[in-house]
Amino acid sequence: MANGTFSRRDLLRLGGTLGVAVPALAACGGVSTSGGGGGEGKLTFASTQFKPIEEADRFRAILKAAYQGAVNYVPSESAQLTAQLKAQVPAKKVKIHLVGGLHGDLATFGPDLLEDLSSLSAEISKTAGWEDSFTQLTQLGTGKAYYIPWMQATYVVAVHKDALNWLPSGFDVNDLSYDQFLDWAIAARKANRGKPVFGLPAGPEGLLHRFTQGHLYPSYTGGMVSTFTSAEAVTAWEYFRELWANCVPSSTRYDFMQEPLASGEVKVGWDHVARLLEAPKENPGDWQMVPSPRGPKGRGYLSIVAGLAIPKGAPDQNRTKDLIKALCKPDTQLRVLAENGFFPVVDADFSGELPPAVKLEAEAVTRTQDSDGAILALPPIGLGEKDGQMGKVYKDAFTAIVLKKEDIKKTLDAQAKVMQGLIDETQAACWAPDPPSTGPCKVG
Amino acid sequence: MPRRTVAPYLLLAPSAVFLLMLFGWPVVSGVLQAFGYGSTLGFTSSYWQRMADDPRFWESVRNTLLLILVLLPVQFCLAIGMALLLRARLRFSGGYFYLWAVPLAVSDLAAGLVWLSIFTDRGYLNSMLAWFGADGVDWLNYQSPTRMLLAVVLAELWRSTSLVLVIVVSGMQLLPRDYDEAAQVLGATPWQRLRHVTLPLLKPSLQVALILRTILAFQAFAVAQALTGRQFPLLIGETYEWYVNLSDPNVASAVAVVVLAISMVTAVIYLRTLRSPEAEARR
Amino acid sequence: MTGDTVTRAPARTGAARPLPPVDRRPLRRLRLVRTAQHLVAILITLFMAAPIYLITLAAFSSRAELNRFPKAVWPRDVSIDTLRAFLLSPGTGVLPALVNSLSVGIGTLVVSLLIGAPAGYAVARYGFRGRDAYQLFLLLTRSLPVVVLAIPLASFFLNAGLYDTTYAVVLVHSVLALPTTVLITASVFVAVPVDLEEAALVFGCTRFGAFRQVVLPMALPGVAASSIFTFVLSWNEILAAAVLTLEVRTLPAQVLVSLSESPLRYQFAGGFVLVLPALLFILLMRRYLLNMWGSTIR
Repeated sequence: MANGTFSRRDLLRLGGTLGVAVPALAACGGVSTSGGGGGEGKLTFASTQFKPIEEADRFRAILKAAYQGAVNYVPSESAQLTAQLKAQVPAKKVKIHLVGGLHGDLATFGPDLLEDLSSLSAEISKTAGWEDSFTQLTQLGTGKAYYIPWMQATYVVAVHKDALNWLPSGFDVNDLSYDQFLDWAIAARKANRGKPVFGLPAGPEGLLHRFTQGHLYPSYTGGMVSTFTSAEAVTAWEYFRELWANCVPSSTRYDFMQEPLASGEVKVGWDHVARLLEAPKENPGDWQMVPSPRGPKGRGYLSIVAGLAIPKGAPDQNRTKDLIKALCKPDTQLRVLAENGFFPVVDADFSGELPPAVKLEAEAVTRTQDSDGAILALPPIGLGEKDGQMGKVYKDAFTAIVLKKEDIKKTLDAQAKVMQGLIDETQAACWAPDPPSTGPCKVG
Repeated sequence: MPRRTVAPYLLLAPSAVFLLMLFGWPVVSGVLQAFGYGSTLGFTSSYWQRMADDPRFWESVRNTLLLILVLLPVQFCLAIGMALLLRARLRFSGGYFYLWAVPLAVSDLAAGLVWLSIFTDRGYLNSMLAWFGADGVDWLNYQSPTRMLLAVVLAELWRSTSLVLVIVVSGMQLLPRDYDEAAQVLGATPWQRLRHVTLPLLKPSLQVALILRTILAFQAFAVAQALTGRQFPLLIGETYEWYVNLSDPNVASAVAVVVLAISMVTAVIYLRTLRSPEAEARR
Repeated sequence: MTGDTVTRAPARTGAARPLPPVDRRPLRRLRLVRTAQHLVAILITLFMAAPIYLITLAAFSSRAELNRFPKAVWPRDVSIDTLRAFLLSPGTGVLPALVNSLSVGIGTLVVSLLIGAPAGYAVARYGFRGRDAYQLFLLLTRSLPVVVLAIPLASFFLNAGLYDTTYAVVLVHSVLALPTTVLITASVFVAVPVDLEEAALVFGCTRFGAFRQVVLPMALPGVAASSIFTFVLSWNEILAAAVLTLEVRTLPAQVLVSLSESPLRYQFAGGFVLVLPALLFILLMRRYLLNMWGSTIR
């Protein structure tokens, strides 16, 4: 086994072959992995969205149909994209023509790394019919637009029809209050031999903090920052503890609810629409999508916006702007909805042909937006790089209060200090649903 | 007897220049970053404060040390046992060696995915239990830190024992057989021979393995993250978290400096305490 | 437990004539020990091989099978759909990424050997001032998380015009591989007796001639082994590769990006695709693996 015979000549020959092969292989500095090499005139479109293989492929097809020129679509991790821009922009050697990302990603890049797109934004908004809140978002708290809204999404509840059997009578599944939601979870757990069937995405990549921030808080307190430590907030956290006790414990590992929903581990799950899409794909008839529950103050829901931006000093900006315009056409955006599950930001009529799973979601989203007492919540604005740390405040509060059962008020007070520190450092003014403020938002 | 010549320095020069250029300089800027260099605050200790105030930091220090303390002894016993089995020249030992060495080339990303397929609630382990009619166990439940640690230790044991094995086996090959045979003739039991002959002779190899494994163990986090999500934080994982998700390179650097300091101290202690007298005498 | 000569002995003594009674207890004990050894070896092998088997099974299972519970631990519903979609769908770039990974791995191997082997020789053969400091510095490079180096390095390569090329990745991987290369080659050179080298000098060889004609041939297998190690390291490194390139990604970096938000079945397929080369490397290189660690870093 050990000292097997080997021939020195073989080794030398191997070495010789390698010596020749390497320069040959590496001659061009590598082979393009994003399809067809980055030849002259091709636009490089780096995006933190549509990373999974199938989604990326479908989006490449959409791009091809929507825009004449050649585009390299490069899915990227948001941290890597940040590192690349931070290196490229100051060195004035920008290789990326267009970046696509969530509001949070783009806020992290901020005015330092992005071009001012105010005039393009004004031009497109004439026909697009954006909501005003979008314009506010794209300005990153500055007054100039740094990105163009691209698509949007929100959060809904996916329900397997089995779970409807356990829905206590008299409840309307399309208009549940948080208390009814809890009653349902308890009834379902009892009926399932004590094993919970509700799930939440509390994994490392999961979006549970959006549930706290954009759904629970607005519904119970009417705000998310100015009411952070209020008495209503304490009630909300007490409720959260009870709800969690009736959720599958493995929830701490769920990043995307579609997985446990599809495998049947979970029957009712709350998540981002694009992260639920796979669940009803096989048997849409077995599924229903319903709005998030409502609380004492109304039905809070978070709207997530993705945008398109041009890195500061990028070459070929005129062509890139054409590409942006092409992506903002209603037809293009409807195709994105149909294939990848993100909703249009421009006025588009999506009553037409849609895949069944998307249709389920579209109904739930419309019900959410149109319901009485809907409270639109936005992701943090003006926090720039600290955006991620804002999420951490809600995540850490969740870990302390719900998982470790520490004192609610004390935890909130401690986290409020961290939050105020972040806001003071960035001078961010309040955003919806908190009332607008002059000067930095006060954590209450 | 040290030779006074420039030859060693000439031989070292390329690697030293290379490292200083591509590693030394970025490290220095990284360390400066932990103290606020390049930020708006100027020279400051506030990032260290922020790091120390974060409850996850202390949890990750505890977990990292716990993992190393549990993993390394088990791992070394297992590796020595495996090496002894190979030395016993069983039939198929070539095949055994191959299979035992494979994880050497498996990345931690892949190892995490592999073990996830086993430990998840509806994974292969619970499936097997179910076939035998037993109830599934919630292996990765955050409410049971012991079970979580067990799962992470098992997966890390699988992934990283082969490095120790390879080092120990090659060390064993260099041992002269006469000592062992002499001890056998003198009537020593197998245990006595292992304890008083083989292990002392293996010390240099074990030292290399120990230093390398400890330093690499500080770097491990992908497996734990794949298995437990955010519920079993490790130090390097926290660096990534601060850097990647929280985009705060300053705090990330502070955590990285902590890792650097702990691994350097451990390495120096190992080098001091385990330095073999024979090696010193040889020159 | 040593020598297999003893084990074969029973075959001959077994056919003993009815002469003096043979004390069979030691033999029986030996057989018992052997059986126990085999049993333990098989148990360990199960532990080491089962995960590889299971990930293979998961990668070849159909989507429905993966959602079922309890899952079968034998192939029940085999399907290559997931793997095929993972490997062949246009735009995943698995094939070009494979080429990049190979050229980066080989490039890293060459660079780190060219730079590291002389240093290893110096560490093995000379006692000189600053040797401990040098070794500590080497270990230091292995104990700092790469992520902290990412941005300074990226701007360095941008200015050097190497950004988004495999050269940049080769250079960084060489830095990461250098400590092990130096340590391994040092221990390999230590294992080559100094006497032989000195004899060559006595017989009129120059220092370099002695190295080339005596030391190098003896050290070659060990050096080859260290290069496997380097190659594997480069093959598995993700972070630096992902930050320093946009379009010329290596295989794991490419896989990582497409995996992070993909359904579990793709993750299993990705895990399998990453484990497969490991099986191959070790199979090709298992003979040289043990030549790697001569004695020690001292």
